[in-house]
Amino acid sequence: MAGRSRGLSRTTVSNLVTYALVVIAFVVVQAMVSNRMLTYSLQGQLVPICAYIVMAVSLNLVVGLSGELSLGHAGFMSVGAFTGIVVAASLADAIPNPVLRLIVAMLFGGGFAAIAGFLIGIPVMRLHGDYLAIVTLAFGEIIKNLLNNLYVGIDDAGVHFSFSSAEALGMAQGGKVVINGPQGAVGITKLSTFVIGFVLVLLAVFVVLNLKGSRSGRAIMAVRDNRIAAESVGINTTKYRLMAFVLSAALAGMAGVLYGMNYSSIVPKKFDFNTSILILVFVVLGGMGSIRGSIISATVLTILPEALRAVNDYRMLLYAIVLILVMLVTNNPTLKQLWRRIKGSFRRTPKEPAVASEGGDVDA
Amino acid sequence: MASMLNGNMSRRYFVKVLGAAGAIGATGALAACGSSSSSSSSTGSDSGSGAAKFKLGHIGPLTGAAAIYGNATQNGAQIAVDEINAEGGDIQFDLISEDDEHDPEKSVNAYHNLMDQGMQILVGTTTTTPCVAVSTETNNDRVFELTPSASSVNVIGGEDIGADNPRKDNVFQMCFTDPNQGTASAKYISEQQLGSKIAIIYNNADAYSTGIYNKFTDEAKDLGLEIVSTSTFTDDSATDFSVQVGDAKSSGADLVFLPIYYQPASLILTEANKQGFAPKFFGVDGMDGILTVEGFDTSLAEGVMLLTPFNADADDDLTKSFVSKYKDQYGDTPNQFAADAYDCVYVIKELIENSGVTADQAAADMCDALIAAITDSGYSHDGLTGEGMTWKDTGEVSKDPKGMIIENGAYVGM
Repeated sequence: MAGRSRGLSRTTVSNLVTYALVVIAFVVVQAMVSNRMLTYSLQGQLVPICAYIVMAVSLNLVVGLSGELSLGHAGFMSVGAFTGIVVAASLADAIPNPVLRLIVAMLFGGGFAAIAGFLIGIPVMRLHGDYLAIVTLAFGEIIKNLLNNLYVGIDDAGVHFSFSSAEALGMAQGGKVVINGPQGAVGITKLSTFVIGFVLVLLAVFVVLNLKGSRSGRAIMAVRDNRIAAESVGINTTKYRLMAFVLSAALAGMAGVLYGMNYSSIVPKKFDFNTSILILVFVVLGGMGSIRGSIISATVLTILPEALRAVNDYRMLLYAIVLILVMLVTNNPTLKQLWRRIKGSFRRTPKEPAVASEGGDVDA
Repeated sequence: MASMLNGNMSRRYFVKVLGAAGAIGATGALAACGSSSSSSSSTGSDSGSGAAKFKLGHIGPLTGAAAIYGNATQNGAQIAVDEINAEGGDIQFDLISEDDEHDPEKSVNAYHNLMDQGMQILVGTTTTTPCVAVSTETNNDRVFELTPSASSVNVIGGEDIGADNPRKDNVFQMCFTDPNQGTASAKYISEQQLGSKIAIIYNNADAYSTGIYNKFTDEAKDLGLEIVSTSTFTDDSATDFSVQVGDAKSSGADLVFLPIYYQPASLILTEANKQGFAPKFFGVDGMDGILTVEGFDTSLAEGVMLLTPFNADADDDLTKSFVSKYKDQYGDTPNQFAADAYDCVYVIKELIENSGVTADQAAADMCDALIAAITDSGYSHDGLTGEGMTWKDTGEVSKDPKGMIIENGAYVGM
């Protein structure tokens, strides 16, 4: 695709559309916030939406680009969230500027999640398909249970860790428990803002789109499409799969920091299997490999349950029906054909051969 | 790809499209009946008075695993609101309720939604973990909050736990705090000499359960109670208790302390029966509701003791009328969560009377007046869950726990 001679390539145009979409959405929402046009309810959801978008985009790296089914993505989110909370709490005096403190917390959160991703990646990358899915599921649960038993406190002497109880931290007078086992972290200073969320979304999109267009990205996709063929041309499959996995974990960790610092309290139980599945639904619904699709579906599916509050008891039923309908409609060949015809009438150039219809239809 | 254009495939796709269309139609119909039912419920509490109404918000898990608590508090509050509106006094309430599925994120969303609907005072949230998140929001927005049943100290703030957790001065509790329940239980067991060798089974993935457990063990140590077995479970493993019960049995415990919710407790009682293990069982307020578990042989709960502020079999007029109304409207015996919520609404009514705030004030304007009214030294409330209840400026309620024992399928005061 890069070899196209006329003007911008299709990929570049598509990427620019994605960036434009994010920026326009941000500008519109900011304008609405400053004009007090946005409901209180939507305004409260802006930061979680940003966090979920980053989660979906990062999971898309594993599911869409690398073609592996990961069921433990929320685990990385929680590693990031709790790391970020501890870092932000311990730097409260050292860095008074909240934005700077959040950024440092995000770097640490992303870093720790990346380390967790790397460690988990070593055994996981020996597996494929269903096995890999189950092992990632197990790791998500392990992370949740470890955090359920983790106690972290901060006093003048520094940071204390314990795996038994808050009392076992042995803290000096005036010390504070930051993470209190299953009760999670409470009294978090809320640092996350919509602007930072937006910047993180842009960063995640930038990283993933650039990776996709790069040499490494093509190698990752080659491994996805045919592992043996990729190996035969000298691609180090483990290296590239691990690269996607660790990068995805790092972004998830940063999203976790954003999410965690948006609430005054956070419990490990939040980042369970259901959250992992929720994010997977965002990715699958938006289209595997499609970054734009992930962004849109994460936004819509986060707002939808809140928008349906008016219908009370039927809310979750409607949510499920909408999910099923979207899946059916987007996979309905008749409607796909119709959509392609509409698109085709806008485009003068002869249509591409139908190669891009199943697996490779990444930009649609 | 080309094959889809073939005529022989088109019928299948026609059927699919038809199915999708049908589903869309059904969605519309559901949405219609959903909205009509919600509007009818809000008009149900109407009364003749034309005065402006105070908008009371309620948040709790109306769906999901913890739904029994959220529905109980909603129903209890609704009964109180209906009674007050029917009296036709100056103070009229409009109760708006939102679901949070026992999830902090959804609970904050629900709170924001209620604010969009013009909520002035919050009765909630029902469960602890979401309430910790929501109470910070209400504190920022200056909305007066009285929670019926969120029992952690983190809800009201002020403990030295948490990096930055100052007292949230707008938040008050109707229930005991977790530490109080833990210490009260240990004291009760020691004073009444209920047991000398104690086994504890608790949920170490739950803030409520761990909170009580920690304080109980502290107090037990001071009182010289011997804890012979401590075993844990999490929500994910709350299906089989053979190991925990076996451990308690082999350690020779004569009393098992269960600071947990009633659902796992029912499984523990069943398992103990299966293993032929018959110690005394002692629970806290989460045990309330064990007699209503579906498929549970309630005869196994005979002799179970629990600390709870409310007894549905009490024979004072207030309890009798509340229980009979609750049974009429919702076909169920109310638990203490419903009673707590009922008391909350009446406390708020009295606070409004005492402080003289009016329904046209914004939430933030009436908050300080209500705080002053509830912490006023002259104020106390006699309700379903206690007499002479007063509130300190720490947000905790001061009332006496009642020891209950289950006899012949009913709670009896000890």
